[in-house]
Amino acid sequence: MAASIQRTRIRDAWLCLLPTCLVLLTVALWPLVRTVVMGFTDASLADPGDAHFIGLRNYLHREAQGWSGVLADPDWWRAVANTLVFAGISVAIESLLGLGIALLLNARLPLRALLRAAVLIPWAIPTVVSAKLWAWLLNEQFGMVNDVLLRLGLIAEPLSWTGSPRLAMASVIAVDVWKATPFVALLLLAALQGVPKECLEAARLDGAGRFLRFRRIVLPFIAAPLAVAVVFRLLDALRVFDVVYVLTANNVHTMTMSIYARLNLVDFLDAGYGSAVSTLLMLLIGLITIAYVRLSGLRL
Amino acid sequence: MNGIKVKRLFRRTAMLALAAVAVLYCIFPFYYALLTSLKSGSALFEVTYWPTSFSLGNYRAVFTEQPFGRNILNSLLVSTAVVFLSLAVGVLAAYALGRVRFLGRRPMLLLILATSMFPQVAVLSGMFELVRFFGLYNQLAGLCLTYLLLTMPFTIWVLTTFMRELPMELEEAARLDGAGLWLMLRRILLPLAMPAMVTTGLLAFIMAWNEFLFALTFTVTNDKRTVPVAIAMLGGASEHELPWGNIMAASVVVTVPLIVLVLIFQGRIVSGLTQGAVKG
Repeated sequence: MAASIQRTRIRDAWLCLLPTCLVLLTVALWPLVRTVVMGFTDASLADPGDAHFIGLRNYLHREAQGWSGVLADPDWWRAVANTLVFAGISVAIESLLGLGIALLLNARLPLRALLRAAVLIPWAIPTVVSAKLWAWLLNEQFGMVNDVLLRLGLIAEPLSWTGSPRLAMASVIAVDVWKATPFVALLLLAALQGVPKECLEAARLDGAGRFLRFRRIVLPFIAAPLAVAVVFRLLDALRVFDVVYVLTANNVHTMTMSIYARLNLVDFLDAGYGSAVSTLLMLLIGLITIAYVRLSGLRL
Repeated sequence: MNGIKVKRLFRRTAMLALAAVAVLYCIFPFYYALLTSLKSGSALFEVTYWPTSFSLGNYRAVFTEQPFGRNILNSLLVSTAVVFLSLAVGVLAAYALGRVRFLGRRPMLLLILATSMFPQVAVLSGMFELVRFFGLYNQLAGLCLTYLLLTMPFTIWVLTTFMRELPMELEEAARLDGAGLWLMLRRILLPLAMPAMVTTGLLAFIMAWNEFLFALTFTVTNDKRTVPVAIAMLGGASEHELPWGNIMAASVVVTVPLIVLVLIFQGRIVSGLTQGAVKG
């Protein structure tokens, strides 16, 4: 009897998974396979039907004048470097700032409810909108940021935040930090609330100072959730598109891997080359993620 | 003794000040957008920190100079459709993955997790081909189809963790009474899963509402665009003449409902987010 129920349940389980499998095949596996395959062809977005197999030519190819292909394009490597700088710095700041806000939220302060509501606002605002809000605040001529800095006498003349090569990346990072820190803070808050009060109390009675208690009890306890939050943020940051596209468009100083891929694919209509870039991007992100997960000893 | 008290007071004040700064940091850009959106003419280009004028001109302009109402409707239609599709497919999958032990369950979960993590751009050209193959280029249905890639894995993941925690007895009793799969799902699991579905649906809605890359790539005409693309594309005659008043008004219009939703469902959203991530 029980065995037959178990058999029925397993049959039902697969029945229930059927729509999921169908959707995943259609919108995930098939496009993924096609993208990889197209990377080995000269397909054009204007007429993708007329494509020929050209081997690794999109990746690397020796021509009379030298090497061609993604791997020989300095702009691609610049995009890789930009993405790594963006991801490294923004995720680091978001983790630290997120931890700070989580600690504030966890303390029994009068402003607690207000702060918890406030941090949800950047999180809920569409990325495009947050990029526009900041583009306005950072506007060279009429922006609030320059106005404040000028009034405080910190700068002598308005800075071109999103236009200058030196500041554009910092601006993009600042916007991403504003938008994404709340997510990290909320995840860490959940972890902080799980830290056993008895341990903290016992340590306090033993004379352990605030800092020691944090380092020896709180930090080990929230290390795993922090690592998870970092993976999520890292994956998001490595594929960043919207913020950069809206804030600095196709500026080479902030061009990320995703921007480079879409530029070739859609603007230059080069589906073959663009697909090769997409495939490389996926491999790179996969490698970085695996390396990070290994290093942090995270168990998924 | 007194020293300790002073120290504690000092620390508490410092923390309060920090919290106030954090609140200001989170809210200010939105507040400033609201201020800007209510200005008109040359006042737009003067930096002020308090409301100085109350003009709805920018709001009127956003809705009359381009099909912004249409864009909002598009976003609403696409996001709602995607939420219902993801929930329908997701709750079935969550039942299987969360309550039944079978060979292939773990690989399936890993596959879903992997899908939820891989970069959108990685499938862009394949997705383009798919959308065109179905004749859905520049169609809202094309966006619904492609958004499933983003919302469905997430929906399944969160609902699975929820389903796992429901008591087993109810289901077994129903089975022993001879109830089939559908009856059991509809009468027993679905009502229990409703709160979780509301939360997950809300998060999926926000995801779809905010999506940019696919919407930018798979639609071309103004009347098919969703809100994020419409806002990104709001432009003037040249790059130096961006209609900031209109852009800020549009931003406020699409953000206020989200903020209201988020504030109402605060507790649930926080628990939904942490379930989706931490239990991964």
